[in-house]
Amino acid sequence: MTEMLDLTVVQAHEAMAAGELSAAEYAGAWAEAAAGDELNAYLWRPEDGATGVESPSIAPVAVKDIFCTEGVPTTAGSRILEGYRPPYTATAVRKLIEAGAPILGKLNMDEFAMGSSNENSAYGPVLNPWDRGRVPGGSSGGSAAAVAGGLAPWAIGTDTGGSIRQPASLCGIVGLKPTYGAISRYGMIAFASSLDQCGPLTRDVADAALLLSILQGRDPCDSTSVGLPEAPRLPEGEDLKGLRFAVPAELARDAIEPGVREVFEATLATIERLGGEIAEAPLPHAEHGISAYYVIAPAEASSNLARYDGVRYGMRAESSGDVIEMYEATRAAGFGPEVKRRIMLGTYALSSGYYDAYYGQAQKVRTKIAGDFTAAFEDFDFVVTPTSPSVAFGLGEKTGDPLAMYLNDFFTVPMSLAGIPAISIPAGLAEPAGGGPRLPVGFQLAAPAFGEQKLLDAAHALEQAIGFEAHPSGAPYVPMDGIKRTGNGEAGDG
Amino acid sequence: MAELEAVIGLEIHVQLATKTKMFCGCELSFGDEPNVHTCPVCLAHPGVLPVANEQAIRYALLIAAALECEVAPRSIFHRKNYFYPDSPKAYQISQYDIPIAGAGRLGDVRIHRAHLEEDAAKMVHVGESGRIHGSGASLVDFNRGGTPLVEIVTEPDLRGPAEAAAWARLLRETVRQLGVSDVNMEEGSLRVDANVSVRPAGSEELGTKTELKNMNSFRFLERGIEAELARQRELVEAGGTVVQETLHFHPEDGTLHPLRSKEEAHDYRYFPEPDLVPIVPTEEMLREAREALPELPAQRSARYQEMGLPEDVAVLLAADPDTAGYFEQAADEAAGVEARVVANWVTGELAAALRQDGGEATASESKVEPAALASLVAMVQEKKISHGSGKTVLSTLVAEGGDPAAIVEREGLAQMSADNGELEAIVVAAVEANPEAAEQVRAGNQKAIGAIVGAVMKETKGRADGGEVNRLIREKLGI
Repeated sequence: MTEMLDLTVVQAHEAMAAGELSAAEYAGAWAEAAAGDELNAYLWRPEDGATGVESPSIAPVAVKDIFCTEGVPTTAGSRILEGYRPPYTATAVRKLIEAGAPILGKLNMDEFAMGSSNENSAYGPVLNPWDRGRVPGGSSGGSAAAVAGGLAPWAIGTDTGGSIRQPASLCGIVGLKPTYGAISRYGMIAFASSLDQCGPLTRDVADAALLLSILQGRDPCDSTSVGLPEAPRLPEGEDLKGLRFAVPAELARDAIEPGVREVFEATLATIERLGGEIAEAPLPHAEHGISAYYVIAPAEASSNLARYDGVRYGMRAESSGDVIEMYEATRAAGFGPEVKRRIMLGTYALSSGYYDAYYGQAQKVRTKIAGDFTAAFEDFDFVVTPTSPSVAFGLGEKTGDPLAMYLNDFFTVPMSLAGIPAISIPAGLAEPAGGGPRLPVGFQLAAPAFGEQKLLDAAHALEQAIGFEAHPSGAPYVPMDGIKRTGNGEAGDG
Repeated sequence: MAELEAVIGLEIHVQLATKTKMFCGCELSFGDEPNVHTCPVCLAHPGVLPVANEQAIRYALLIAAALECEVAPRSIFHRKNYFYPDSPKAYQISQYDIPIAGAGRLGDVRIHRAHLEEDAAKMVHVGESGRIHGSGASLVDFNRGGTPLVEIVTEPDLRGPAEAAAWARLLRETVRQLGVSDVNMEEGSLRVDANVSVRPAGSEELGTKTELKNMNSFRFLERGIEAELARQRELVEAGGTVVQETLHFHPEDGTLHPLRSKEEAHDYRYFPEPDLVPIVPTEEMLREAREALPELPAQRSARYQEMGLPEDVAVLLAADPDTAGYFEQAADEAAGVEARVVANWVTGELAAALRQDGGEATASESKVEPAALASLVAMVQEKKISHGSGKTVLSTLVAEGGDPAAIVEREGLAQMSADNGELEAIVVAAVEANPEAAEQVRAGNQKAIGAIVGAVMKETKGRADGGEVNRLIREKLGI
């Protein structure tokens, strides 16, 4: 049984094709593994182990709770959607079910995908399988922890400013944010519509390519979806000969933890060893990415989250007053502090008289950042950075300082603003700044829009050369009872 | 103080008669059970996305072509954010700074813009008044929510209530003939709001305007504007100033009342809708819209007036494409008869005969072939039958169709000619039978001739020409 779960999905599918493994048996083993969740990764699992398909033909998949699933609780990590069972299924999930993948369960996340530590979930934080006293990253923290912790063979998440790549980095797995428009957003609960993108969280690059090939495609229900020019194939190649890698000239090395910087430099050396060329390239506006992002994303969120009013579905707080008072009572009780913070930021940024100074200006910066990447890709095949400035940090460590929390997205946000694909692969282990056992470090590669195949091929070659094989099995055990859960109304999250 | 001039602009919401809603696949409906035409998209469930209705875009392009608007090569949607139960997303998707259609014109009125948007759901306030005030509860019917709308905004080119109502009628006919909307004001598929202000006559500056809503007929539109102009004139003449506000028209008593200020104090926080892509009409779409354009009422009315029709008849015909088509066929067939005369028969005698027959058939649906009407009118013009007989024949044609000449022959309605002496003999007899009337006519009482004419008509069963009979009577009486 354990051996079966040690396989990557591509390997498991090969075994199934060879008649050595039954898809049903494989799915059953994963359901059993998922049932042993001690990380608070799952918010919902079917009673019969897996759901969606009668007889599985491919590996089961775990789904971030931001994807609507017909008849199955979908909360987006929020109290305001408690008890909500959508009347329809998201296109991405439907495609997985149609491909024969049973749904293992719905995964915990930061409320409405707002967060970088998963501590903003109304249903308690997810624990990092490497060290249960640390965060898994966010917002797709449940997805990353489930894959890294052996609770799912692969998972889907969403990335708005780094929500796939950063938790993948902190949990030592692969996370891919595809080009904006590659995968349908229909049925994916909106945070910031112009940035949100679905993507895979997997054990390796080949699994990411396989999952992407199932998910991608134009969807008539999503006008902004275009799909990829060609369905991705499994990555090939052992070297990086002739490929040029740009390191942003403005890369704020000082802001990077020494251990992370060391792994990053070592990875650059590996790239050179594989025949890749490395040089600095100017990305002068990228450093303003966070500022622009924290205007655009909250602005869109303030509008996207306005529908949660207690009238048609989800939670409703009773109030004695009129409908407006009922809205206010419902939203006051239903949203957590970070969501409220962003709704207020976004509402302000869009207000009459402030629009040009904030939203308008942020959109101009966004255009400049996209222009920086376009210019860089004239000379380079990829732009590379560390995925996150730090390894996994401690639970509660940054919840009192929203700005410190926002800086987690420093390296991932520019690609989101530019709409280009970026992947995080585990590149090694590093000691946290404050000392302690070594933790995974992610390496981010970004490619031009729709350059997924080249990106996957290069990431695969690099992954093979790095040979990251560490598992979180030796992580110290922290009992669940010892973890402070940040529920609604509690102050100090990020 | 100089006389105060009225300055009026209109904002017209046209519900498009597409098969489905603006951003989802739900069917459009009117009068169905509440909340049967809904789906996750128009109920704004989490995660749903809008997809623009292609037919609605084509209809908007047709309206743009009819109003001679400039079409934007690339227009976008915005979100208009506000909390209210009739808006399940808490924002309306509408076009804001780049509408699909810009500057245009209909008749003498310039069009400022026309844009696409979605309608709100319908609120039903439970209680006797049907209004929100004093109501214990409100219900929402989402059937209407998401219906495609084109909002047309005019420049403030109208100068009076009657002119505004007449122009609104022209717009309704124009849109109706495009086949893109039911344009029914009572049902709300056409909604006309008015922006009203006054200024000293001759001034170029605009005064402070008020916005008038809820006038669900052309009569109410005219009355609402009249009432508001009277109020503003009185206010300004007394030295007061007009405050910008939205006024609600109450059809029960024709009064206007301001909406609560709470509903007015909106910052809609407009921003570009990230879930939709821009509308970029192709050359082919634009060409299709131009080619699909029928001859519109304004052009048709102008053409009819050139054909010699009086303005009122031309406007009446142009507003009714079915009857207009019938008129044109009949006029083509009626060789030697003026179009004006044919038009009078179509809008007068034929319309009356159809009404008398039950009013169910339009001219072209009736049993009266255009050629039959043409030959009937020609017979009357050539005095082969009297005008009265013409109407009799027309009644027969309406009832059973056929050839008017054959009906005239069968019914013996051919006009009596003065030449063969038959009519003259009847006139002589009638004068003799009415000596008192004859005496009065001779004494100068012209009206008295009616009794003698009536006797002749009775005897001839209407086959005699009235003018000819008059002439003969006078001749016999020696006047």
